[in-house]
Amino acid sequence: MEKIFKRLPRNGAERDKEILAGQNSPLETSQKGETGQPEQAKSKSAESDGPAPKFAWSLKSQGQGKSGKNNPLIEKEIPDDLWIKCTQCKELLYSKEFEHNKKVCPKCGYHFRLGAWERVALLLDENSFVEINRDLVTTDPLNFTSPTELPYHLKAAESRSKTGLNEAIITGYGSLEQLPVALAVCDFAYQGGSMGSVFGEKLVRLVELALERRLPMLTISASGGARMHEGMFSLMQMTKTTAALARLGEAGLPHISLLTDPCTGGVIASYASVADVVLAEPGALLGFAGPRVIEQITKQKLPPGFQTAEFLLEHGMIDRVVPRKELRPLLLNLLGFYQMSGSSQAVEERALEVSYAG
Amino acid sequence: MPDKNRKPDQKERERLSNSAADGQYDISPESTGPNAWERVLLARHVERPHALDFIQILTRDFVELHGDRHFGDDAALVGGLARFEGRSVVVMGHQKGRDTKENIQRNFGMPRAEGYRKALRLMHHAAKFKLPILSFIDTPGAFPGKESEERGVAQAIAENLMVMSRLPVPIIALVTGEGGSGGALAISVADRLLMLENAVYSVASPEGSAAILWRDASQAAAAAEAMKITAPDLLGFGIIDEVIPEPPGGAHNNTPELMANVRAVLLRGLTELENRYSLSTAAGLEALLEARYQKYRQVGRWMELSQDGLGYNYQP
Repeated sequence: MEKIFKRLPRNGAERDKEILAGQNSPLETSQKGETGQPEQAKSKSAESDGPAPKFAWSLKSQGQGKSGKNNPLIEKEIPDDLWIKCTQCKELLYSKEFEHNKKVCPKCGYHFRLGAWERVALLLDENSFVEINRDLVTTDPLNFTSPTELPYHLKAAESRSKTGLNEAIITGYGSLEQLPVALAVCDFAYQGGSMGSVFGEKLVRLVELALERRLPMLTISASGGARMHEGMFSLMQMTKTTAALARLGEAGLPHISLLTDPCTGGVIASYASVADVVLAEPGALLGFAGPRVIEQITKQKLPPGFQTAEFLLEHGMIDRVVPRKELRPLLLNLLGFYQMSGSSQAVEERALEVSYAG
Repeated sequence: MPDKNRKPDQKERERLSNSAADGQYDISPESTGPNAWERVLLARHVERPHALDFIQILTRDFVELHGDRHFGDDAALVGGLARFEGRSVVVMGHQKGRDTKENIQRNFGMPRAEGYRKALRLMHHAAKFKLPILSFIDTPGAFPGKESEERGVAQAIAENLMVMSRLPVPIIALVTGEGGSGGALAISVADRLLMLENAVYSVASPEGSAAILWRDASQAAAAAEAMKITAPDLLGFGIIDEVIPEPPGGAHNNTPELMANVRAVLLRGLTELENRYSLSTAAGLEALLEARYQKYRQVGRWMELSQDGLGYNYQP
């Protein structure tokens, strides 16, 4: 696990906290609007009073954030780390079992959201992931001002110290059952996983690395879309990332995209949808416009199950809906079909070895 | 400086659109021009020339082509073949209506998936016959409706971005009115990205931005200001290549003058591209595509956290 720990902010987060401490800033007012998930945002900002979460990928804190707010019972009487209440079926789950099950409810199959580092830990071989361009951070290109929010550069500092991430995406390379891959993972906790300049630049640099080393590309997306605070710079990242992936494709390297809950707007309308294989997690909210926007603008009533992963599958927009525990073997199987630089026989042999128990 | 926090009420909207229509807002040389919100209103002005006006005035022998060959024909996105200054071109653009009836038919210039797939078809057509593309952008955004989602408007936009970024013909896109988000982007990946002086181009409509940022769509004017969506702003950011001046009072005030300006810039842009890259050769096309890639590759601002923890190294 050492390599995973290595990416912890050495002094970035501390410095960000110092920056923030100098401000009389209404911490609570931010975040809420953008994530579309007020409960999580609230409980997260409460956490930020203490030291920044040391391990952003830590399984516990995410679980609390998700279920804690609506359940004073859990917060008060049941030790946080023992029981988790399923958001969907309300079943109480023994947290060890829950985590062993990759944060999928064993009763109803509800897939909880995962942080970026949790994804890396679940997907890649232990210790294999090497993060690149971790120190790229956002500027405030618009000098963005807002009557109700923190100035953007402070909001960014706040997000960094709150999530332990420097951006809404982490990029790097590692191996999946010894098979080298380039991997980019969004984290919805960082400003709704939104795509701004840094997000786009990190992704494009990863594509360039994949081209150089002839690696297959995996992207895991959870994002509300383009980041408002960087205006047109954000919108242009849609083209920038997609164009880079077009070149990856021309070089004969595969791109596999996993869409997770939630993925909307500028991300699903750009790089995440142009993959050679598009997968999605069960029940994930996936769509161009959010359901609230559609109902407001068109006054149309949306049927149950609208804009879910299953809905997209039914309409032919994605290849497969993949339960979390089947993801790893499926990816390995898929990657085995494409010839990268290495010997394809070695890949086949590895594919046979991998256990389907997840 | 205009007050960024003011809310435009109905009265103000009317005043602005009327005064803009009459060319009565401050257009003296000392004025810095209309503010962001005034430009939004000008960009949306009902008399403003729309894609078919540009096509009909600037080109000859226009033949509109219809349908996406999958589902239907989207009247909000039009396109076809035409002749521009002696050469065959493919033209396309978002089309808004002039009155309620036409706007309903055109869906207020908001294409659905089939509109973008029609554009995609036209792009492939252009590539096959080596025809340059002229694209006219004027949409509040892709239509956010049930049927859009069912037919995969996000996937259609993504596909267009990918294809356009590698399409081996010169592409010039001109934002004539509203450049609304991904719905505008999907036909505006180009070698030359131009804007009319009072056009706007934004990551979301001002109303949408205000709703997302502040949960209050009535803050649209403040959002328009904060989001830096005007042509001069975007030219300053290096996101667009050139601003085409409009006649005093806005594009609709003197259409012939506007069209003369547009024709000159489009012709110059196209000629430059044709001269710089020998487009009949594979190497020339490769150079064109490389330049297009680099144009988008460099967009963005970032910095690197310094290793010693004493501050940021600014590395744009």
